[in-house]
Amino acid sequence: MQDVIIIGAGVVGCAIAQRLGRYSGKVLVLEAANDVSCGASKANSGIVHAGYDAVPGTDKARLNTKGARMMQGLCSSLGVPYGKPGALVLGFDADSKPALEALLKKAKKNGVPGCRIIGREEILAMEPRVNPEVSYALYVPESGLVSPYELTCALADSAAENGVQFQMNTRVKSLRREGDAWLVQTDRGDYTSRTVVNCAGVGAGELHNQISSRQVEIIPRRGQYYLLDHTLPLSFQMTLFQLPTPMGKGVLVTPTTHGNILFGPTAEDIPEGEDTATTHEGLQEVLKKVRLSYPGANTRTVITTFSGVRAHEKGGDFIIGAVEGAPEGAFEAIGIESPGLTAAPAIGEEMGDWVAYFLKLPANPRYIPPTPVPKAFSAMTEQERRVACQTDPDYGKVICRCETVTEAEVRRAVRRPVGARDIDGVKRRVRAGMGRCQGGFCMTRVMEIISEETGIPFEEVSKKGSDSAVLTGPIGEARND
Amino acid sequence: MIEKAKAIDLLVVGAGPAGLAAAIAAKKAGVMDLMVLEREEEPGGILNQCIHNGFGLHRFREELTGPEYAQRDIREARDLGIPVRCGTMVLDITPDKEVTLVSREKGLEIFRARAVILAMGCRERPRGALAIPGTRPAGVFSAGTAQKIVNMMGYMPGHDVVILGSGDIGLIMARRMTLQGAKVRACVELMPYSSGLNRNIVQCLDDYEIPLMLSHTVIDVKGRGRVESVTIARVGEDRLPIPGTEQEIPCDTLLLSVGLIPENELSLGIGVTISATTQGPVVDNRFQTNVPGVFACGNVLHVHDLVDFVSAESTQAGEAAARYLGGYEDTGATEVRVVDGPGIRGTVPQRLLLPQGEIGEGLEMMFRPDRVYNNCFLTIKAGEAVLVSQRRRILTPGEMATAKLSPQLLETLRNEKELRLEITAEKQVS
Ligand SMILES: Cc1cc2nc3c(=O)[nH]c(=O)nc-3n(C[C@H](O)[C@H](O)[C@H](O)COP(=O)(O)OP(=O)(O)OC[C@H]3O[C@@H](n4cnc5c(N)ncnc54)[C@H](O)[C@@H]3O)c2cc1C
Ligand SMILES: Cc1cc2nc3c(=O)[nH]c(=O)nc-3n(C[C@H](O)[C@H](O)[C@H](O)COP(=O)(O)OP(=O)(O)OC[C@H]3O[C@@H](n4cnc5c(N)ncnc54)[C@H](O)[C@@H]3O)c2cc1C
Repeated sequence: MQDVIIIGAGVVGCAIAQRLGRYSGKVLVLEAANDVSCGASKANSGIVHAGYDAVPGTDKARLNTKGARMMQGLCSSLGVPYGKPGALVLGFDADSKPALEALLKKAKKNGVPGCRIIGREEILAMEPRVNPEVSYALYVPESGLVSPYELTCALADSAAENGVQFQMNTRVKSLRREGDAWLVQTDRGDYTSRTVVNCAGVGAGELHNQISSRQVEIIPRRGQYYLLDHTLPLSFQMTLFQLPTPMGKGVLVTPTTHGNILFGPTAEDIPEGEDTATTHEGLQEVLKKVRLSYPGANTRTVITTFSGVRAHEKGGDFIIGAVEGAPEGAFEAIGIESPGLTAAPAIGEEMGDWVAYFLKLPANPRYIPPTPVPKAFSAMTEQERRVACQTDPDYGKVICRCETVTEAEVRRAVRRPVGARDIDGVKRRVRAGMGRCQGGFCMTRVMEIISEETGIPFEEVSKKGSDSAVLTGPIGEARND
Repeated sequence: MIEKAKAIDLLVVGAGPAGLAAAIAAKKAGVMDLMVLEREEEPGGILNQCIHNGFGLHRFREELTGPEYAQRDIREARDLGIPVRCGTMVLDITPDKEVTLVSREKGLEIFRARAVILAMGCRERPRGALAIPGTRPAGVFSAGTAQKIVNMMGYMPGHDVVILGSGDIGLIMARRMTLQGAKVRACVELMPYSSGLNRNIVQCLDDYEIPLMLSHTVIDVKGRGRVESVTIARVGEDRLPIPGTEQEIPCDTLLLSVGLIPENELSLGIGVTISATTQGPVVDNRFQTNVPGVFACGNVLHVHDLVDFVSAESTQAGEAAARYLGGYEDTGATEVRVVDGPGIRGTVPQRLLLPQGEIGEGLEMMFRPDRVYNNCFLTIKAGEAVLVSQRRRILTPGEMATAKLSPQLLETLRNEKELRLEITAEKQVS
């Protein structure tokens, strides 16, 4: 019997798990995919939203600003890339000014410091590549960037170091209260737990509706992106938003924490929450809309396209806390669409404490504070590199040439407490295969290392779990010409 | 503690055929203090995975496999006592030629070189660069990666294959996969012509009845874990898919052979100017870049179809580096810019330096046409004056073409600023 079962290992589930690591209790995270951070938490804009956009007074607004305030400290304790370049919300016609003023008012109500409205000249001085037809912008100095999957993986490691168990490839089918425990039925057997926490992203609505008196509707809303190579000098320092619409925050241009540029996302409601395909129409739309902010946008240095799916709840707010009208011991954080990444540290703290309070879990006397993920070789100074190579010669072997990732780092990605088990998992943790050649050169070497470290036979190493093996077997005898 | 950079005369980056030939030539021309750096564990570059034959016809008048071809240079380099350090990655080169490298054996090291030859080769364009829509499952490989998996690791990347792009590696892999028992459904090419060598189309597709679908492209990829199908469509003259021509092909593998990109990240760090057309450094007829003492050759300079030409070009680059190290300077040389006229894409070299005094030897310009031309004329002009107008039976983007400039012709360029290559339908006369 577990004390807590957390369903879903996105940034929200991992933040809750990490918080629960401060308490003594048996905590298990069940995740349908082969790794943490395989849902929305791996495919989003990576913006730490300052909080000017959420409707004041909502949970969304409160958790957004709280999470944004926590993010920098959390990232530095976890060793996760974070930056705060600021943002501009661009308006292109005369009536954009009142709309921007309304945003400014919301920003003030939500407690976002430093925002102001600026004119064309100041905008172009900050970001010369912005469309010169811009009229006004809301300047948001507190807007930040975070590497979302690195954050999720680091939270999971910290949770695991404090005894939280993670079980991947396990999809929760149903939740039922039996006696004084929850019966959690999965495609890999049944589990019992004193409490359950549903943070299953786009999959959360179905589980919620099994146990709650108040039905929710989670609408999968897809967002497609172009990702560009990091070429110097950066074409943009800041995040450029357009005025928000009812469908979301519009198409943005932003640098990432690693200096790549993102164009996107679209906002399309789709029938199936796990459908992360990109489409020709979607990508065309991104390009068209991005050119309003950045007329020079082109796809010459594009290295990949991708999409993520938002878990939009019809009511529009986050739903967090005890599940309404359910037997006791059921908690949830659902409908966590944008700014859910930003809010995750705050959601984790509140939900973790709630559940611990409900269970009366004592503090964990052996709590281990997060160990920061070591600095990437590519980010080290010359002297740091020298020392790294002396301590571990595997730093001397570069595996991924595009992102300069060494063998020492790839091995560590697999050895971490919640280690990579597939190629995409290595990529999210240490960026091998994330560069301009997209793994063309390093994929087979990464597969060998995964195999050596885990004992998974080489030919079974997958891209992203069970049905995604890269190879179809050894070659047989070749036919003659 | 800052360690001092070690001094060296010449560093060659890359031990593929280009780097090896350049180092051999430099050593023969008297450069004693040199080293070749290679990040892989073996020298030979991309040739190591090309186990098919067809290499060396021009240079050795023999049909060798890739590794056999490479072996000849490797052996010669060894016999000449040229140090080739493998497992050594060059991380950075500064404009004053401080070269940072890292290896498992020696950790981080810094050299200060008097001259550097760039011979880093090229990489393949990945799926992302084409922004092919659809899912992102396992089973999408660049053809060169698939070649490495089959030829060097002994595994199959799939059994039911569609190939996008008709570059040479894709064509070679169509045959290789077929011989290994895979079904290759089609080779799909966006352009109305193939970018591969004609001999490869015949020997790798036609001989195995694999359809080459010109003016087609892949517009969708399906399958969540592994590729389940791709959808192809015919494209119009604007190269956009024509609605109604879609065709879904079930398969488990999509191989991409959609172009090679010279690997010039190091070059950019040095401050070397890169040509937008060749995507390689802008060089003069001594293969020297805009940074004095920095030379480039092989696929890092411009993508070659035949290794024989890589070796020839790189030999010249190595000799030029030796001359540079010997103190030779082009003082007083006339500089002539080479420009691509209509029909031409990416002439190398882009600058000619004509020495004072007598011009002893001619030189060979390399270029590609921008599409297929039959029975056309390659015309070389200086200003309005036509210097050469030669009949060419066929020029195709899939095969690099050359034009020889004789010493006499070069003499006539002394007062010119610009040399222009163009393709014309008729013979041109001044
Ligand atoms: C296009 C887009 C752009 C965004 N941009 C931003 C941004 O810039 N800033 C920001 O703050 N936020 C942004 N967000 C929002 C942010 O990404 C999400 O709020 C956040 O990632 C949600 O995390 P999560 O853990 O709730 O969900 P997820 O990361 O989706 O995790 C849910 C997990 O549950 C698992 N799961 C589902 N069903 C089951 C089941 N039955 N059993 C077991 N496991 C299950 C899934 O496999 C998944 O791993 C964006 C979102 C999208 C899609
Ligand atoms: C897959 C393929 C198939 C081909 N098939 C044929 C054919 O059938 N017939 C034919 O005649 N020609 C063929 N060619 C063409 C010919 O073989 C190539 O043009 C030739 O190999 C290029 O030589 P290179 O030395 O410039 O590049 P490469 O062979 O690519 O060598 C470059 C070397 O530099 C190293 N390097 C790069 N960066 C660094 C760094 N930072 N530090 C250290 N080392 C570095 C690389 O590891 C590599 O070993 C083929 C080419 C390819 C790509």
